[in-house]
Amino acid sequence: MIEEHRGVWVFMEVKQGSIAGVSLELLGAGRTLADKLESPLGAVLLGYNAKELSNVCFEYGADEVYLIDDPILENYRTEPYMNGVSDLARKYKPEIFLYGATPNGKDIASAIATELNTGLTADCTMLDVDVEKRLLEASRPAFGGNIMATILCKKHRPQMATVRPKVMKALPPEEGRTGTIYEEFIKMKEEDIHTKVLEIVRDSKKTVNLEDADVIVCGGKGMGDPEGFQVIHELANTIGATVGGTRDVVEAGWLTHDYQIGQTGETVTPKIYFAIGLSGAIQHTVGMKNSEIIIAINKDKDAPIFDIATYGIVGDAHEIVPLLTQAFKEALSEKEVVSNG
Amino acid sequence: MHIVVCVKQVPDTKVIKINPKTNTLDRRGVPAILNPHDAHAVQEAVKLKEKYGAKISVVSMGPPQATEVIKKSVQIGADAGYLISDRAFAGADTLATSYALFKALEKIGEDDPIDMIFCGKHAIDGDTGQVGPGIAQRLSIPPITNVIHVEAMGDGEVILRRKLEDGYERVKSTLPCLVTVEKEINEIAYAPLPNMINAAKYEPVIWGVNDLGDVDRTQLGLKGSPTVVGKMFAPPKPEGGNMIEGEPRKQVEELVSYLLEKKEYFQVGKGE
Repeated sequence: MIEEHRGVWVFMEVKQGSIAGVSLELLGAGRTLADKLESPLGAVLLGYNAKELSNVCFEYGADEVYLIDDPILENYRTEPYMNGVSDLARKYKPEIFLYGATPNGKDIASAIATELNTGLTADCTMLDVDVEKRLLEASRPAFGGNIMATILCKKHRPQMATVRPKVMKALPPEEGRTGTIYEEFIKMKEEDIHTKVLEIVRDSKKTVNLEDADVIVCGGKGMGDPEGFQVIHELANTIGATVGGTRDVVEAGWLTHDYQIGQTGETVTPKIYFAIGLSGAIQHTVGMKNSEIIIAINKDKDAPIFDIATYGIVGDAHEIVPLLTQAFKEALSEKEVVSNG
Repeated sequence: MHIVVCVKQVPDTKVIKINPKTNTLDRRGVPAILNPHDAHAVQEAVKLKEKYGAKISVVSMGPPQATEVIKKSVQIGADAGYLISDRAFAGADTLATSYALFKALEKIGEDDPIDMIFCGKHAIDGDTGQVGPGIAQRLSIPPITNVIHVEAMGDGEVILRRKLEDGYERVKSTLPCLVTVEKEINEIAYAPLPNMINAAKYEPVIWGVNDLGDVDRTQLGLKGSPTVVGKMFAPPKPEGGNMIEGEPRKQVEELVSYLLEKKEYFQVGKGE
């Protein structure tokens, strides 16, 4: 019975002993939904020695923590996690259940949706709720980001969605905030599990971290050639930004795939995004349009990038960008002098 | 060893256009292609076939013309292909799709038990990545998603590298299992001439819903899909359109003056 289901749940992803950023963001988003529905907000926390993380869940907005703490949950594996979470959902019957759209979040959500025979909407970027009908309105980019589609799950519960990292906002943590812990046990033994994590290799070579960058300088094919692209690197160096590129640029071999921003590359949400020498094809803008401030520099005044740019300059990037680098050098070194007293 | 690869025919989203007036999809002249991630899944099966010996079957759900992607898979090196095609499957969301493919896989595995199932990471038209894990769940076999490398195989086990956000993990799984692959797992090789000839002649097996045996029709198609599209709308656009005019030096000066309000984000000397 649909009516039996109450409460908004968020799956807590635990990484290297702490809760993933996207899970905290979802507690913020879940809090809004729960308040509208006048329901409690539950955090679903599985792991080994995970109990101590309950406080973090409460501080970031959860009213309840549904906990399973067991050595077989030390590393994420679909089978035991799916098993544990499905049991919790069958017993406590949440109405809405959110997961981060990370590799593990998507993996477990897909398995649980099948197990619970319910709907799952992938990679949402907007969430709302129709309070009267108690329907989650999960919106996601469709057709390569050209259009947004709102997906509903009318007759099955819980209503489930995975949500992209960095599109929702975490609440500021409220120190000392507490709630109720419901502790359960896993009904699976190590022998029942078909997979084993042999080793986790953290990629220390990965120097490009576009996802976390505050400032990104992205260049397009309009920079001409790899030499022309150098001005992008110089500007980025000067202001402490991360370099990015469009698919064209990566396919031309000016940058490696790690630097690609857009539909088939990274999705980024920096505070400041420089879009230089790129026209703003939808396949690119879908990956960067949530940036706080967008600056476009392009010689074609009709380039669609100007439609979404906070500030636009029509001009030759090879003239403008070096001037910009120089101006920043001067302005930022002044700042340094002042701050050094 | 029997490897089955699930493939999908998708519109080439690189050339999809949106009618800006109506916000609807303009599909005119949009070619249908083998989902690029699935091509990597087929290619990986071919690599394993070369190394360990295997029979590769591909399976797809779609309209009759989706036989094209099965022929394409045969070009890459698949041995047999099945298309499940029926109006009863139409309108399926990921849950109903995984059910239909599960029934097809059960049938394919009847004569020749399946050791491994490969899927692409996701389809480029839906981008969900939900069908693979859904199939694994229905078959009660482990899914290993986002795989970037098959390290070794033997004795009913496989060792895989699974991509994480900040590195990868090495996972050992018993067979059978279901693997979804990232595109960096391999390079698509040029199809050898004999494969091209085979593919041109190849006629995939086409099954309707009645060919799948004992099927719960309420789990198929629109009826079996818990999710529905409520509405479509244009994505909210950031507030844009502040053009900075003037001579280049003046433009730059003005831009920098705006941006220095946010100078806490700049880390001098820590670029790239």
